[in-house]
Amino acid sequence: MRYVLRRLGFFVATLWACLTINFVLPRFMPGNPAVAMMDRFKGRVSGQALGALEIAFGVNNNESAIRQYFTYFGNTFTGHWGLSLTFFPDQVSHVVFSALPWTIGLVGVTTVLAFIAGTLVGMLSAWRRGGLLDSVFPPLFVIVSAFPYFFLALMGLLLFNVTLHWVPLGFGYSNTDTPGLDWHYIGDVLYHAILPATVILVTSVGGWVLTMRNNMISTLSEDYVRMARAKGLSPARIMFAYAGRNAVLPNLTGFAMSLGFVVSGAILVEYVFSYPGVGYILLSAVENEDYALMQTLFLFITVAVLIAILAMDFVTMALDPRARTQG
Amino acid sequence: MSTAALPGGRVSGAKAFWARFRAGPVGGLARAIASNRKATAGFVILAIFCFLAAFPGLIAHDNPQAEIYQPTLQPSGAHLLGTTAYGQDLFAELIYSTRESLFIAVMAGALATVLSVIIGVTAAYLGGLVDNVLSLFTDIFLVIPAFPLIVVIAAYSKNGGDPIIIAVLVVTGWSYGARQLRVQALSIRNRDFLVAARLRGERRWRVIVSEMLPTMTSLIVAIFLGTTLYAIVAAAGLQFVGLGNPDSLSWGTMLYWAQNNEALQAGSPLWAIMPGVCIAMLGAAFALLNYAFDEVSNPALRPVRKRRK
Repeated sequence: MRYVLRRLGFFVATLWACLTINFVLPRFMPGNPAVAMMDRFKGRVSGQALGALEIAFGVNNNESAIRQYFTYFGNTFTGHWGLSLTFFPDQVSHVVFSALPWTIGLVGVTTVLAFIAGTLVGMLSAWRRGGLLDSVFPPLFVIVSAFPYFFLALMGLLLFNVTLHWVPLGFGYSNTDTPGLDWHYIGDVLYHAILPATVILVTSVGGWVLTMRNNMISTLSEDYVRMARAKGLSPARIMFAYAGRNAVLPNLTGFAMSLGFVVSGAILVEYVFSYPGVGYILLSAVENEDYALMQTLFLFITVAVLIAILAMDFVTMALDPRARTQG
Repeated sequence: MSTAALPGGRVSGAKAFWARFRAGPVGGLARAIASNRKATAGFVILAIFCFLAAFPGLIAHDNPQAEIYQPTLQPSGAHLLGTTAYGQDLFAELIYSTRESLFIAVMAGALATVLSVIIGVTAAYLGGLVDNVLSLFTDIFLVIPAFPLIVVIAAYSKNGGDPIIIAVLVVTGWSYGARQLRVQALSIRNRDFLVAARLRGERRWRVIVSEMLPTMTSLIVAIFLGTTLYAIVAAAGLQFVGLGNPDSLSWGTMLYWAQNNEALQAGSPLWAIMPGVCIAMLGAAFALLNYAFDEVSNPALRPVRKRRK
């Protein structure tokens, strides 16, 4: 129970830190570029939406900073994120929620797949030390891990789009389509997702393989594995339930830390493919100096990562009795 | 005082120099690099890039930024990699870009390492409330996704140039190392030699700097290599999306212009491929060195030699 409370406390603390970063950044930057953005809004919007923006960026000088800080928190939690300049006159919330499913579908699914596949490959390559899997994958992934995600995305485009014409150039679906729940549309969405998904998968799987392999090598030399062998348990049982189960624990914690890297890479992959997800919208917001949209997206990405980390904490708790008892 | 007299009295000249060199830290490092294949490969690649960064003019004779040639030429004897859509010589631009890319990466890596040493070791050594606060601070920075944060900060300080990029990379890159250093510093905190130093009445910072840090050198080097790798990729990404200085000479900026001109579709794919390959090679050099370093300091990870009859 103490473990749960501590992790929840950390969740809240990080969330608070992000909100504060969001609040402080525009105020500390020389010249406050958000003021220029506000000028572009003047005369086009009025009332509450403008008020929310003024408070978020510190343009409103009538109120004290502390009052603005609290109003900003209130606005954020009640969904008053202001208007988007890029997609004027859309609400920021509307833009964010229409981009979210794309990213969850693409990045979320591939990240989970990469974690599962990488853990399995790492487990097997440590199990057969020096075998075929072990001599091919780890060195390969050391090289791949040095490749920037977006470069692999560019090369994928060059090979499969420009040269082979197998996949489309980008975007989430063909613009001749009408979005709807029919097989044609779903097939088209999957067709557009193949290449970006493959790129994210290939670049993120390596990290899991390497750490899992190294953890597994340590657990394989533990006494309890020798004990399991002496008892004559089946190799599969030893591999999964004894060595693998213990080796995966640090990897779960590692998942929390590496998730940020994966998300970072995915943003650039979305950018290369003009995929209509959160990352692509974030970069278009930056390009158009749409700070309201930009900050909300940053918050959303962070919250998504934090929720994933929290979920991993609960998985760790289920697998590791030490986390349950000691906290 | 610093160089102890060699056994057997004075040995003159070059012989003594080499003996001392081999026994010293530089010699040890050289032997470690030569004995590990991954380390050798990483070191050679890095050395080549350092040479290019120092003397680009020896390799490439064209002006890297002058837009004086016919645009979008295919590779030829006069233009080894062809020209860009602006009529610049691609090869010269690539070679001259080494300096800035390498400088940003190493600078950001070094500064982030210094910051993680300061925060990680301070937290472990002082303990108590300071440790709790600094650890929480480290963990928060660890889980905030770095790239979105980099983008947000860079967006507010548009076209700030290299100092801004380096600063942003340091802010987002120090936390992982700080956490590792804290764990290691905690484990050696109560060793006898540190207790002895405290009992001698040494000042706190002196104990940390001259007693504690030397024992942590290998971890600090590993952190530097890892952070620099991170900085290479992150800086390239930042410049690629146009948040760097678009007039600068660097690989990420080259990719930005290539992407802006749709180089892949427009028939000059080398414009996008070559800077990417260079980034990957430089990254691979640091990844290989880091991997080799892991093997040197953790014997369990060394490749097993198969014994067959």
